Amino acid sequence: MSYLPLLGVLIVVVGFALRINPLLVVAAAAIATGLAAHHALVSVISSFGKAFIDSRSVAVIWLALPVIGLLERSGLKERARTVISKIKMATTGRLLLAYLALRQITASLGLTSLGGHAQMVRPLIAPMAEAAAEIQFGELPEKTRHRIRAHAAAADNVGVFYGEDIFIAIGSILLIKSFLEQSGVIVEATQLAVWAIPTAICAFVIHGTRLLLLDRSLAREIDAVRAESDTPADAA
Amino acid sequence: MIGLEFVYVLMGVMMFGIAAVNLRDRSSRKRYVNGAFWALYGVTFLVGSRLPDFVNGLLVIGMVLVMAIGKLGGPPPEAASRAEREASAARWGNRLFVPALAIPAVTLLGTMTLKSLHFHGTPLVAAKDVTLISLGLATVVALIVGVVMLRPPLAAPITEARRLMDAVSWAAVLPQMLAALGTMFALAGVGPIVAGVLERWIPLDTAFAVVATYTVGMALFTSVMGNAFAAFPVMTAGIGLPLVVHKFGGDVVVMAAVGMLSGYSGTLMTPMAANFNIVPAALLELPDENAVIKVQVPTGLLLLVANTAIMYFCVFR
Repeated sequence: MSYLPLLGVLIVVVGFALRINPLLVVAAAAIATGLAAHHALVSVISSFGKAFIDSRSVAVIWLALPVIGLLERSGLKERARTVISKIKMATTGRLLLAYLALRQITASLGLTSLGGHAQMVRPLIAPMAEAAAEIQFGELPEKTRHRIRAHAAAADNVGVFYGEDIFIAIGSILLIKSFLEQSGVIVEATQLAVWAIPTAICAFVIHGTRLLLLDRSLAREIDAVRAESDTPADAA
Repeated sequence: MIGLEFVYVLMGVMMFGIAAVNLRDRSSRKRYVNGAFWALYGVTFLVGSRLPDFVNGLLVIGMVLVMAIGKLGGPPPEAASRAEREASAARWGNRLFVPALAIPAVTLLGTMTLKSLHFHGTPLVAAKDVTLISLGLATVVALIVGVVMLRPPLAAPITEARRLMDAVSWAAVLPQMLAALGTMFALAGVGPIVAGVLERWIPLDTAFAVVATYTVGMALFTSVMGNAFAAFPVMTAGIGLPLVVHKFGGDVVVMAAVGMLSGYSGTLMTPMAANFNIVPAALLELPDENAVIKVQVPTGLLLLVANTAIMYFCVFR
C-alpha cells in the first residue's frame, strides 16, 4: 500500500506545529491529499467545493451573532456580572462546576441545544465566571482573564461530549448501531447508552475536581503576577 | 416546506450585510479584504446549492487566497462605551436575558414541535434538518424580540454582527474547511492506511495491548481527523471487532460504546476539532488559539486512562 495519501496528514501536523494560519494549512492539505491520491486537479477542486457546500450546516450558529451583539451593546455582559455579584457563594470554579453539571444532565436528556459557545458561553457563562473571580480577587490580570474564559469553553465541551451519549437518539449512538448492523451485529441503542454512564461519571468527577481546584490555582496565579509587577516598583 | 435552503439564504444575507458594513467603514484599513472575504462566503450560502461544484471549489480557494494575501483585519472597537453599557444594563435589568435565552428555548420548542406540523399533508420541515431549522428560526425570533424591546438604531444588529464576526475572523470558516479535508481523506483512503500502520507496528498479542491500542488509537485517530465519527468505523473494523471482540471474546456493546467515548478524548485535545476548540478561542477573543485545548488536555488524558480501564475490566466479563 502506498503511504502517499498521508501527505495531507503531514501537512496538517507540520503546518499546525509551525503555527501557520490553520485555514490555509487545512485547505492546502485537502488539495494535496486529493492530488496525492491521483485525482485530477479539476476533480479535486470539485470534490473540495462540494464537501465545503455540503457542510454549511455547521455555520448556522453564526446567525445568533446579530442578537448577541445587540444585547452586548445594551449591557448583557455587565448585567451577567451584576447577577453573579449578588450570589455570595459564587466562585469561578463553583460556577463552572454548576454549568458542567447542568450541561451534562441536559445533554443526557437530548437537550444539546441548551448551551454552546456562541449562545451561552460568550454572552453569559464567561462573563459570569470572570465576574466571580473579580469579586474574589479584585481587578484581574489579562492572563487570568483569558484562562477563565478558556475554562468556560472547556466546561461546555466536556459537559456536552460526556452527556449526550447517554441519550439514545444522539448521532454517535445511531452511528455505532448502524455500523455494527452493517457488520452483522445487532445491538440495542439503550445498551450502548447505558455503557456511556461510567465514562460520564468519570468525566464529571475528573473535570469537576479540576474546576474546584481552579479557584486556588487562580489565587496563586494572581499573587504571582502581582508580586512580579510589584518588585520593580519596590526596587525603584 | 421550510428547508435548510431558507436558513442558508438568511446566512448569505447576513454575510453580505457584514461585507457591506466592512466596505463602508472608512476607519478600517482592511475594509476591502474583510469585505471580499465575507462577500465570497456569502455567495456560497446564497447560491452555493445551484453553482457547479468546481465553481464552489474556486470560491473557497478564493476566500483562502484573500485571507492569506490580504490578511484579515480585526474587529472595530465597541460602539457603546462601558458607561453606556452599564447604564443600559441597569435600565433593562434581567429583561436583557430574555432574547438571549430565547435562542435555546425556541430551538428546543421547534425541535419538539416542528416535526409533527403538516401543511396539505406534507411535513412542514424535513425531519433530519429540524434542529438546524429550529436554530435558524430561533435566532430570528430572538432578534425580533431584542429589536422590539431595545429599539436600537436600525443598523445596530448588522454592525454588531460585523464586530463579532470580524473578531472570530477566519476561524468561523475552519469547521467547514475541516469537513472538506475529512472528505478528501476518505476519498484518498487515509483511514485504512493509518489502521494498517497501527496493526503492523504494535504487538497485539495480549488482551490489554489490544484494548489499549483500540482506545488510544481511537483518541489519536480522532485527533488527526478532528472527529470521533470518522475514526470509529476505521478503528472498529481494524481492531475493535476482529481483535477485541472476535479474538479475545470481548463484549461488542462495551467495546463500541466505550470505544467511541475514547475518541472524545482526542476531540478535546486537537485543533482539528475546530468548532469545539478553535472557534470558542476566537469567539472569546483569546490571543492563544490553542488556549481551550491547553485547558482540556489533562481532562482528555485522564479520561482516556479511565476509558481504557473501564473497557479492560468490563469488556471481558
